[in-house]
Parts: sequence; C-alpha cells; structure tokens
Amino acid sequence: MNVVKVAGKNNKHKVLVYALSTCAWCKMAKKFLKDNDIEYEYVDVDLCSQEDHEKIRNDIEKRGGHASFPTLIIDDKKLITGFRKDLIKEALEL
Amino acid sequence: MISLEKVRQRAESDAKTYGYYLNPDPEFLNDLLEGLRKNEERYGYPSCPCRVATGNLELDRDIICPCDYRDPDVAEFGTCYCALYVRKDVVEGKTSLMPIPERRPLEKQARAYAVTAEKIAEKAAATTAKTEQPRSEVRKKLWYCRQCGYVVYREDPPYVCPICKAKREMFAEIAVRIDLAG
Repeated sequence: MNVVKVAGKNNKHKVLVYALSTCAWCKMAKKFLKDNDIEYEYVDVDLCSQEDHEKIRNDIEKRGGHASFPTLIIDDKKLITGFRKDLIKEALEL
Repeated sequence: MISLEKVRQRAESDAKTYGYYLNPDPEFLNDLLEGLRKNEERYGYPSCPCRVATGNLELDRDIICPCDYRDPDVAEFGTCYCALYVRKDVVEGKTSLMPIPERRPLEKQARAYAVTAEKIAEKAAATTAKTEQPRSEVRKKLWYCRQCGYVVYREDPPYVCPICKAKREMFAEIAVRIDLAG
C-alpha cells in the first residue's frame, strides 16, 4: 500500500487520510492539513490494488464509518467522514 | 483522449439544460473537471470523481456524471455529492457549500465491492482449481413515466423524470412478454 507521508511542524496527533486522487474534497482536506502545518499520511484509494482497497474499506467499516472519501482517522481512533473542517479543527485542537 | 475543455463544455451545457450552476469556485471546479477527465480516460466513462468506480459499466452506471443522485441531492442540499452541480442560491452565496451525505444505496456500493472481492477470490482460486461462483448481476427493466411517457431501460427508475420532472413514484414497470406460441 502506498502511504504518502507529508511533513509538518504540528505532529501532536497521528493523522491518516483515506482519499481519492480525483476527488476535489479530498484535495481540499489535504490542503487544509498542509496549510495548518499538520503532519499527516494519506493513501489514494483509487490508485491502490483491489486487495488494498478491500483492506481499507474493512478498516473504515471496522471503525464505524462507511467507504466515503475523504475519511480521516485521527490518533487511530477518531473517524471523520468527509471534509468537515469544523470536526477536523476540533479533533486537532486548532 | 478527451480534453479538459470538452469536459467543461459538457458540464456547462448540462447545467444550463437542467437549470443548475457549476461550482462557483474556479479551482474547486477545475479539480472536479480534471477528476472527471481522468476517470473517463481510465474507465471510458466519466464516473464521479468523489466515488470509487469498479471499471465495470453495469455496476458504475448510477455514478456516471451526472449521477442518478444529482437531482434529488441538488434539490435537498443545494449541491450534488461532489459539488460539481449546485443550485442558484449557492452560486449567489446565500447557501454555503458543505459536504453532503452519500445517497447511493449501500447495497449498490456493496455489490460493487462484492465483485471486487470475487475477483480477488478468483485470482486466488485460479492457481488451485477452477471454481464456479455466482456472479453479481444487474437486472435491468423497462420503466415508463406515467406522466409524460418517457421510457428508460435501467435497473431502477430515475429519482426525477428528466423530461417532465415527475417523481420516481410516477414510474411504472413495463411488463414484457414474449410469446413464442404464435
């Protein structure tokens, strides 16, 4: 699985973004994190193999989400569906 | 290969026909159009840039832009799922653009995933023995709009009739019987 790490000064929280390479909302979410200097990792799910896609879907569902993108997983426990700036800010204490 | 300009023109013309507007943020709009262009290049049809497609036309048909969910989503939320098409009040800034919930039924998503899972299983099984597995199939039917007569050959009738805007409830199935007795 191709997990891309984006460096940032703020690494208080572990942030993982499941995204689609074609999705404009995902792009905004990535940009928002970058603009706020948050360290994060992302996976472009549409570019993954079918096996990895399946794994990601199971991971999202296991955490009570549904396969909708972007999905953010913060500190391995909090899941946010969609680019909900308000919820992301709250979770990252911005 | 389809050009970005062609994708833009197609979206503009469709918005005009149906009384919608395109996303007012030029960068946002450009990203969406580029996503559509990329999907058309990958799959041969412009599936929604914000949803995962399978590459199987029958399973992706409902998420080919403009998707089946656009009309009810724009009516209810002012925007479609990916936010390519929006309502006038959004363009005017009276309603702000927010991510909206996914209307695509879970069973349609699950069916697409099931086929993906089947493919993985087949790949694994191919090395050992031949297996015969039931394939997920899309059953299409003929539907007609009882209000205007519009006929469509799809799995489900549209949420809104594209011709007269009647609701889904106005659609009825056309029963087809082939009599070979003569």
